[in-house]
This record gives sequence, C-alpha cells and structure tokens, in this order.
Amino acid sequence: MATTPLSTKPALAVRVSRRYGQLAPALMFLLPALIGFLVFFAWPAVRGLYLSFTDYNLLSDPEFVGGDNYQKLISDPVFWRSMAVTLQYVAINIVVQTIAALGLAVLLHRFTRSMFIRGVVMLPYLIANVIVALVWYWLADYNLGLINSAISAVGLDRIGFFGDSQWAMVTIAMVNVWRHLGYTTLLIFAGLQAIPHDVYEAADVDGAGEFRVFRSITLPLLRPVLAFVLVVTVVGSFQIFDTIAVTTRGGPVDATNAITYYIYNLAFTRFDFGYASALSVILMLILASIALIQMRVLRAGHSDLER
Amino acid sequence: MKKSPITAAVLAVALGTLAGCSTADPDGATTGGTNGDVTTISYGLWDSNQLPAYQQCATDFAAANPQYKVDVEQIGWDDYWSKITTGFVSGANYDVFTSHVAFYPQFQSNGQVLPLDDYIARDGLDMSIYQDGLVDLWKGPDGKQYGLPKDFDTVALFYNAQMTEAAGYTTEELNSLTWNPQDGGTYEELIASLTIDKNGVRGNEPGFDKRNVETYGLWMENSGGADGQTQWSFLTATLGWTQTDGVWATSYNYDDERFAATIGWWYGLVEKGYMPSFAAQQGISWADQLIAGNAAIVPNGSWMTGHVFGAVSDTFTPGVAATPVGPNGSNASMFNGLADNISKTAKNPDAAWEWVKYLGSAACQDVVGDAAVVFPAISTSTDKAIAAFEAKGVDVTAFTQHVENGTTVLYPITDKKSDVNAIMTPAMEGIMSGAAGTDSLVRANEQVNQLFE
Repeated sequence: MATTPLSTKPALAVRVSRRYGQLAPALMFLLPALIGFLVFFAWPAVRGLYLSFTDYNLLSDPEFVGGDNYQKLISDPVFWRSMAVTLQYVAINIVVQTIAALGLAVLLHRFTRSMFIRGVVMLPYLIANVIVALVWYWLADYNLGLINSAISAVGLDRIGFFGDSQWAMVTIAMVNVWRHLGYTTLLIFAGLQAIPHDVYEAADVDGAGEFRVFRSITLPLLRPVLAFVLVVTVVGSFQIFDTIAVTTRGGPVDATNAITYYIYNLAFTRFDFGYASALSVILMLILASIALIQMRVLRAGHSDLER
Repeated sequence: MKKSPITAAVLAVALGTLAGCSTADPDGATTGGTNGDVTTISYGLWDSNQLPAYQQCATDFAAANPQYKVDVEQIGWDDYWSKITTGFVSGANYDVFTSHVAFYPQFQSNGQVLPLDDYIARDGLDMSIYQDGLVDLWKGPDGKQYGLPKDFDTVALFYNAQMTEAAGYTTEELNSLTWNPQDGGTYEELIASLTIDKNGVRGNEPGFDKRNVETYGLWMENSGGADGQTQWSFLTATLGWTQTDGVWATSYNYDDERFAATIGWWYGLVEKGYMPSFAAQQGISWADQLIAGNAAIVPNGSWMTGHVFGAVSDTFTPGVAATPVGPNGSNASMFNGLADNISKTAKNPDAAWEWVKYLGSAACQDVVGDAAVVFPAISTSTDKAIAAFEAKGVDVTAFTQHVENGTTVLYPITDKKSDVNAIMTPAMEGIMSGAAGTDSLVRANEQVNQLFE
C-alpha cells in the first residue's frame, strides 16, 4: 500500500526486495521447527543409516561391516515372518477401521446434530494406548476375562484371544481399531462437513436415494480427505508397537512379532544395534514408498470440488 | 543426567515412607556428614520388595563410615536394564548396581564392569562364607570375580492346601512325590487328582471332561524359553541333563533325548487336560490364577513366597512343597543368585568397593535376611531368613533343602544369552502350543550352537 509503482522496473525491484525482505523473519519463525527437525529427525536418520552398515552393540565402538546387515536380512526367516504378521495387522486394522469410520462418520453427518454423540465417539481415543491394551488384555483373558465368560455362558468354546497364534494378531488389530475408530471418524467427519450442502440438495431434488448419494457425491468429494486419512493411518499402523509390548510381547511363536517390535528387541534386548538399524532403514523405505503410492493413486492433491 | 532437586526430594520422601522409619531419612545422612568430605555412592536395584532392607543397609553403612553416603534408587525390572545400558554410554550410571547373570556377561565382555580380585585379595575376603556355587556364577570367562553374591533362589511347588486336602493328600505325601518322564510318577497322579472339570469330576476319575476344566492340577507359566527355570529345569536335572556343560560353555544341549522326553511328558499334560493349553495360560499371571482357584499347583521361585503367602483368602490356603524326586533318586532345583557389580563409570571405585564389600558382608545380609523377602547368599544369613520366614508362619524348607542337600543345578550362564532366548522362546512356544513336535528341538539347538561359531 505504501509504494505505488510508476513503472515496471522499480515494481520488480520492490517485489524482489519484498520477497527476500521477508526471508529473515520467515526463517526466524521456521527456526524452532527446523532445529527440532534437524536434531530429532534428520541427524538420527543419517546416523541410523550409518549404523546400519556397522556392527554395533552400544557398549563398544561401531565397526564398519559394509552391506553385511542387509545380506543377513535376506536370509533371516524371523524378519520375513515379522513382515508377514505386520502386513496381516495393517490389512485387518486399516480395512476394518476405515470402513467402520466411514460408515460412522456418514451416520453422524447425515442423521445427528448432537454434540454429545459426537463426543462419545471420540472417547476411546482419549485413553492412553497402554491402558487400552491392558484393559482389553484382562477383558479377553482366557480364564478370568469377561469376554470368555460370556462366550462360555452361551455354550461356546473359550478363545485364546492373545494366546492362540491364529487369534493374537487379529485381537491386537481389533483392539487398535476400537481405540482409533473415533479419531479416524472425526477426520472423515471434518471432510464431510467441507462438502457443500447445495450438492446434497441438488441430489435430493433429483430424487437420489441415500446409497446413491453416498456413492456418487460423498465418496468422490471426500477423496482427498480419505487419501490423507489412509496415508496417516497406514503409516501409523505399520508402527504398531505399544499394544504388543504390553500384551503378547511378540508371542506366541512370533505370531505378533511385528517389525517395530522385532527392531526394538534386536536393539534393546539383544544389543544388535547395527542389524536393528538396517531393519529400520528398510522400514523407512517401505513406509515412504507406500505413502508416495497412496498419494499418487488417490490423487490427494486434487479435489473434485474445484469447479 | 543428574536428578533435579525436586525429584530428589520426592524420592527421599518416598524412600522414607517405604522404609517406614524416620531415622532412615537419607537427608539426615547428608546433614550428618558436616565435614563436607562426604563421598556419595549411587546404587541401583529393581525389586521394590527389597528396597527397605537395602535402604537400612545404606543407613547403617553411612553411620559406620561417615565419609560415605549411599543414594539408593529403585526402578522396575523393564526400565532398569535400559537405564543401566544407556547409563554406560552416557557415563552417568549407578556406581554400583544389582546385577543378573542374564545381563552381566554382556557387560563383562564389553569391559563395562570392574573385576574385584585385587580388592578381594587386598582386604583378604573369605569367599567360602557364601553358599556353594554362587561365587562361580559371578566369575567371568576370564576367571576374574565380578561380584560378591548377595542372595540366591531355588524352585518349589506352590499349592492351594484346601485343594490338596480335598483330594486326600497329606503334607508328607506332597513332599515325597516321585516323577519320571514315562508315566509322570506320583507327581502326575497328584496333578490328575487335583484337576476338576465343570461337573466336579476329577482328572483320575472316569467321565472326566478334559474340554471343560474348572481347576487345572498344574499351571503352565509360559514355555520356559531357554532356561525353564521355574517350569521344567527341576525335572530335567533329575535325569542328569542341563542346558550346558558348566558355566561359560560354548554349546547347548537342547537336542538331547532326555530333554525332549521331559518336554514331551510336560506337553502331554495339556493333551490330558491337566494343564491349561498355551493359549489358555496367556494372560493374567500364574500367581493370580493360583489364588483365584484356577490352578492347584504352580512350580515357581522362592522370590514369590511373600506374594503367594500374602494372598490368603477363604478359598486359598497357600502351601509350598518340595519338587518331586526323579529317576536319579533325588529332587532338584535350579539355583540362581544376584550380585552387585561396580560400573566402569564409577566416579570413585574405591568407595564403590567399600559399599560392595558391605553389601556382601554378614552385617548387611543379616538385615536382608531378617526382612524375609529373599535368601541371603551368606550361609549364616540364610539361616536368619529361614527363621524370619518361620516367624511369619512360612516353612521354606522346600526351597532351602536343595542348598543343604546339594541338589542344585546352576542357572545356565553363557555369552549371547539374549540371542539364545530369541531362538529358544519361539521354539518352545511352538511345542507347547502343539504346533511343533519335540523333534523340532534338534533344529533349534543347531541354530543356538551356530551363534557360538
């Protein structure tokens, strides 16, 4: 407002100086986040990458061993098994959670205005992960748990939810669905609210049924939000750790030995930091490519709302 | 990392409360040393049950040696070892810490704990005051002594006396059980008769419904992994089998026929319905299952005595019986014990040694014995603990007889312990969940022995 350009030349100069004139304050604002990023993300990642090429037990100095750790990984059956059970967990967790959250969010959006009910949906997410895991661990106990008492009361066989290798990962996946459902619902719900009402009104006028409205309006317009939710939950899901650490501890017979838990064990109980770092690098690559693929496939950067 | 003054104050209050006596206030010790030349020794332990006794030792030690002051800190088992390990790296470790044979080989092989031989020779310590075998546990593969034994533990059978009485067993009969891997001897007979199904039919009676068991004769406390300390080591030892041939061995014996036979018999109890399946035992701990009446007998370690005997109720009368006599004509128990290590990072190793020496002396171990929580390593202090347990109405002969009769087998101490566990735990879980046969032990043993090549 202060400078009214008389010709194009000074105007360019002003624009340039303005752009760079704001560089210093911009950096000031970015600095805290930048320091955090460098200290807590960038440097550990670089050091982790370096350690993945070493034999390091924390107590003596790292010893460079080249690609040995990566070679070992290919022929490590425990690593492949842990990848398989991690994928099993992610598949169950994401499919059930996303479908349930989508359904719940649509129900909330279309049929209720009650803040109370919206709040109740969020409740499980307010409880700490470890507490959720422990509560379900007790509820699902084979002998003393409420769930098995109920199953047994109706005349069915008790189920070893955490102790049976067929059930353990399914149980853990469902416990986390229970906890994260409300949060995922809330994210999708926010996406739903961003869809203009006039589109729904138009659909009403056209005489579209509830299902048709969901398929042709809600889903397409929700796509960017769904893409974001999926990227966040899939990446988070791959990092399943706490529920396993407080319940099955990787057992029975490695049935819940998810990749992050395996890495933790290698590093902090077996002190094989080099090999654990190599696994972490592989996990990082997997997560980065999954996120990238999801963004591309779901065209997260574009919205069908732009008319 | 140094403790903030607030943390220290909170800790001091907490310690004072736990110790239950105002004279043991650690702050009192600080102000007591007015000359200003007080050396502070930091000491770590994980068992909260033993904290009051060691706090007392620290107070007594400081009273007798005003130039020293000991800061005792207790952290739960899971966090304890992370703290010790990272403490070595950061250089801010405890000067002295309670150590376990599953962890100290790693510290020893990396030169993180100090050998004590020079100090022991200088002060002319008598190493024969300790129970036999314990000193060897703390001798490294280099032949040096890294710790003075502080306590020991053995294994016996905890049971619900109301159930054994109902089944018609006397205490004498419970303490003279026999076992063999073929038919399980009178031990299996007892387990069978203590197992009761939903209709009240016992495991040794016709019509027993093994699919609907109300009370299991024997509880399975997971697979036992590589050690089977409280699960099967007291059985395999009576066949003359142990995991390794002596301390610091470089190979394991899991491929032995005797081991397979024992595990085969043990898993057979699941198939007969006398013991919960692997899936059924996962969850709430064995002690709670015993107290709740879901199990009649659970073999476990002497460190659980206080917990089990403190849980008397209308339906639970605790008892403890000796492990069964096996084919070699005597019974057996695994024998393990703790000691105190001095960190390489200790600021004043001489001061640390004075405290270690005190912890390893009768003066401190008598205090620990009187607390009746664990059995001190010094023979005379062990007797004090036995008397203290007796005063509480607990007869601990079932545990201590192994030391008197020499029927102990040492905890298998080798290098690469955590790697061995990582192989053996899934292997044993596979067998105990019925997914694999005992023949899979041969392959597991090959994998274990490859670690040492």
